[in-house]
Amino acid sequence: MIYGLVASALVALGLYGLVTQPALLRKVLAFNLLGGGVFLLFGVVAARGGDPVPQALVITGIVVAFAATALALVLVLRLFQITGAATIAEDETRR
Amino acid sequence: MEATPGGFLLVLILVAPVTGLLIGFAQGGRAAERIALWAAPLGVTMAMVLLAGVLHAQAPIVAFVGGWAPPLGLALRADGLAAAMLMTTAVIIAAITLFARADYTTLPGAPEARAPLAFWCFLLALWAALNAAFLGGDLFNLFVALEMLTFGALALACLDGRATQFKAELRYLLFALIGSVFYLLGTALLYGAYGTLDILLLSRTARSDAPTIVAASLMTVGLLGKMALFPLHLWLPAAHAGAPPAASALLSGLVVKASYVLLLRLWFWVMPAALLLAVAPILALLGAAAILFGSLVALRQARLKLLVAYSTVAQIGYLFLMFPLVAGSAAEVAERAWTGGALQAISHAFAKAAMFLAAGVIARGMGHDRIAGLHGAARVAPLSVLAFGLAGLSLMGIPPSGGFTAKWLLLQSALYAGQWWWALVIVAGGLLTGGYVFRVLSAAMRAPSPDFMPAAPVDARQERVALGLAIISVVLGLLPLAAFGLVLIGR
Repeated sequence: MIYGLVASALVALGLYGLVTQPALLRKVLAFNLLGGGVFLLFGVVAARGGDPVPQALVITGIVVAFAATALALVLVLRLFQITGAATIAEDETRR
Repeated sequence: MEATPGGFLLVLILVAPVTGLLIGFAQGGRAAERIALWAAPLGVTMAMVLLAGVLHAQAPIVAFVGGWAPPLGLALRADGLAAAMLMTTAVIIAAITLFARADYTTLPGAPEARAPLAFWCFLLALWAALNAAFLGGDLFNLFVALEMLTFGALALACLDGRATQFKAELRYLLFALIGSVFYLLGTALLYGAYGTLDILLLSRTARSDAPTIVAASLMTVGLLGKMALFPLHLWLPAAHAGAPPAASALLSGLVVKASYVLLLRLWFWVMPAALLLAVAPILALLGAAAILFGSLVALRQARLKLLVAYSTVAQIGYLFLMFPLVAGSAAEVAERAWTGGALQAISHAFAKAAMFLAAGVIARGMGHDRIAGLHGAARVAPLSVLAFGLAGLSLMGIPPSGGFTAKWLLLQSALYAGQWWWALVIVAGGLLTGGYVFRVLSAAMRAPSPDFMPAAPVDARQERVALGLAIISVVLGLLPLAAFGLVLIGR
């Protein structure tokens, strides 16, 4: 039960961060928080039934999230090297 | 469901591009290019054999990975829809391989460069991911396929390395990541409720209870975000228009269709009919809004590539009109609507790939893609302008194009089902599409000013590839309707 609540809190925090934080690095961190919440939820499912499959799913999920984070960070880094700023917010307000 | 003979073909279709990718990555850009060139005809052949197999058996071809049956193992299933989408994918990837040789070839004697290596490797990766997304029979497997697809598509779209491109693609990545987390959250809930993620096993047990509804909404919203259905389309125009032409064609033509097929599997296979009946009108309403909004905004675009991208926003909308027409209708009407929806996905894939390739050639030849300044484009790149026009016919739904058959089937089923308001949207969308295609053509056909000089020579091979895809999108409409019975197999 407590894990389920923590998972929901992580998902909510992560989603909030993803939407509101303008800095890309913070968005990437928020995405990882969100992902952590989802993986914990898989853990909750696994703990309830004593079933090993969700754990296998979580491992795959973590690998995917890791790859996504790495890719996002490389893009953010290149963007920073080119423009000197790591945000996509300013051209959203210009539109 | 038992494994069927011919299942090894499904495994082969998945493994072949991955093997090519690994060897190409180890051997460098020149080898990767050669592998992609060989993989293209091989892929088309494999897709044809699979298609013939499904048609012959009149039943899906099923393979269990490693011989383990679900719920413990993973199933690969090729039903009619999957076979048709695999065929579409193979042909378009082959065309793009031919098109991209002009841009990403490594000349003999030249040193290996990074862009060709990245392009050919990610092209193969994208292909593998698309095949996995169409064949997967397990909701978690499909999640992994969609993620692979996003990463491959993103890398291809960023190849030019411009700052505006990075910004557009980063926004795409964020939308895609939020979408996949929502989807994953949904699968966690479904696994918690049913103890399996196999699509067929779920379809037998799924109930209309609270966890299922929450899971279905999360997964649907996630997939809609990835497909850029209005109002979640914000990322698409910049991301698709900013990419290099070959990548734009892949993103707009094929990548969004993978999420679409997954959405179909979720709603028409997994979810109980009562739930589908409640959701279908909402999806179609969003689709109708996408058609009208996307077409209107496309009409007002000043740049050619952005116009084509907004046209994708609109054409995606058509795919959703099928939901209420299939869900609540008599079998014959439902079959018509289903065929129309699938054919729309296929003909739009060909037409939009042709359009983006043609737009890329035109933009290079003219040195810009401002529509108002396209005078003389028909002289610089005549075949590309022709390809743009032919693809436009299919998007508008003018006979005898594939787009016409698709929209005609949807229109008919809307009338038969007594939901005439969708028919109005289809007609209005067709007229608006005619408007923006005509705007481009009339500018391109106009004579240039006397001192006009093309900015760069146009590659005739690239023009022919774009034209070939456009012709396929039209010829689809000449096939007898019975040929599309394929997409009904295993429904």
